[in-house]
Amino acid sequence: MVLPVGQSILVIAVCAAATQLERWLPFLLFRGRAVPPVVQYLGKLLPMAVMATLVIYCLRDVTFAAAADFVPELIAIAVVVGLHLWRRSTFLSIVGGTVCYMALVQLVF
Amino acid sequence: MKKTIAYAVRRSLPILIGFFPVGLAYGVLMQNAGYNFLWTGACSLFVFTGSLQFLMVDFLTSVTPLFTVAVMALLLSSRHIFYGLSFIEKFREFGPARWYLIYALNDEAYSLHCAYRPEAGVDEKWAFVLSAVCVQLYWVVCSMLGGLLGRLITFDTTGIDFALTVLFVVILLDQLRGASVKLPAVAAMLSSVVCILVFGPANFILPSLLVTVAALTLLRPKLEPKLSKTEVV
Repeated sequence: MVLPVGQSILVIAVCAAATQLERWLPFLLFRGRAVPPVVQYLGKLLPMAVMATLVIYCLRDVTFAAAADFVPELIAIAVVVGLHLWRRSTFLSIVGGTVCYMALVQLVF
Repeated sequence: MKKTIAYAVRRSLPILIGFFPVGLAYGVLMQNAGYNFLWTGACSLFVFTGSLQFLMVDFLTSVTPLFTVAVMALLLSSRHIFYGLSFIEKFREFGPARWYLIYALNDEAYSLHCAYRPEAGVDEKWAFVLSAVCVQLYWVVCSMLGGLLGRLITFDTTGIDFALTVLFVVILLDQLRGASVKLPAVAAMLSSVVCILVFGPANFILPSLLVTVAALTLLRPKLEPKLSKTEVV
């Protein structure tokens, strides 16, 4: 440990507090009053927008310099989309896509 | 109640697949930094957001001013502000259970909440609570296992963390299928890619979500009439 115990606890506490503040913020802002229509509207559309953002977030370090940098991701996602549109089984899509990606990065590229 | 527990476990199982390697890696990283599995467990329980916990290892292994730690943590976790917006009214119906749900509203719990669909015999409130409990339990246990015995695992797990990417892709596909408006997904992807090019991959989420929210607000007169009254996409 580089930091003493007390310092370490402080770092963890600050990070926990920062995250909690942001998780509570929308609930505190609209506590005890009606949610404005524009926020209700955004609340309906944001899950889809956030999920799309999280997909890109997971792929943020992909580069295009060599085939091995992006082709496994591309193929695995294509497999997931195909598998999911075909069978509509969340579990099958996730296991299938992950195994496909692992095989590609470990054995092919 | 049995059906509700089964629902929560079944729906959250894919997250366990993704957390297993990521949690192990985190536990090993903490162990190597001099923090044993108890420290790791405490971080996973109280901070409960993987991306920040990985960055925290840097904070713990260098002398970083607390103010810098706070600013970096607020920036990296800023996406959480947008998560609550979709559940303000839903969580009010849940009474005191909402306190735990808000506390545990990380990426994966949020994605399960978004993907909730009613099923016969499943209690809505407890389905939400138990899903969040499962997610947190998986994360705490997997990361502690990493600290305890991460270095004993010998099979090649390279690429297994892709399971979380796949989870988000699958949830997005399900959302797109049921939605009368698909533009938010397209707008968010476009603004993410542009923001990665402008701000770099480490700092793009906040600007990207702000651009997306601005765009959706501007497009409200066009998009809102297309939404059905009760629709949650």
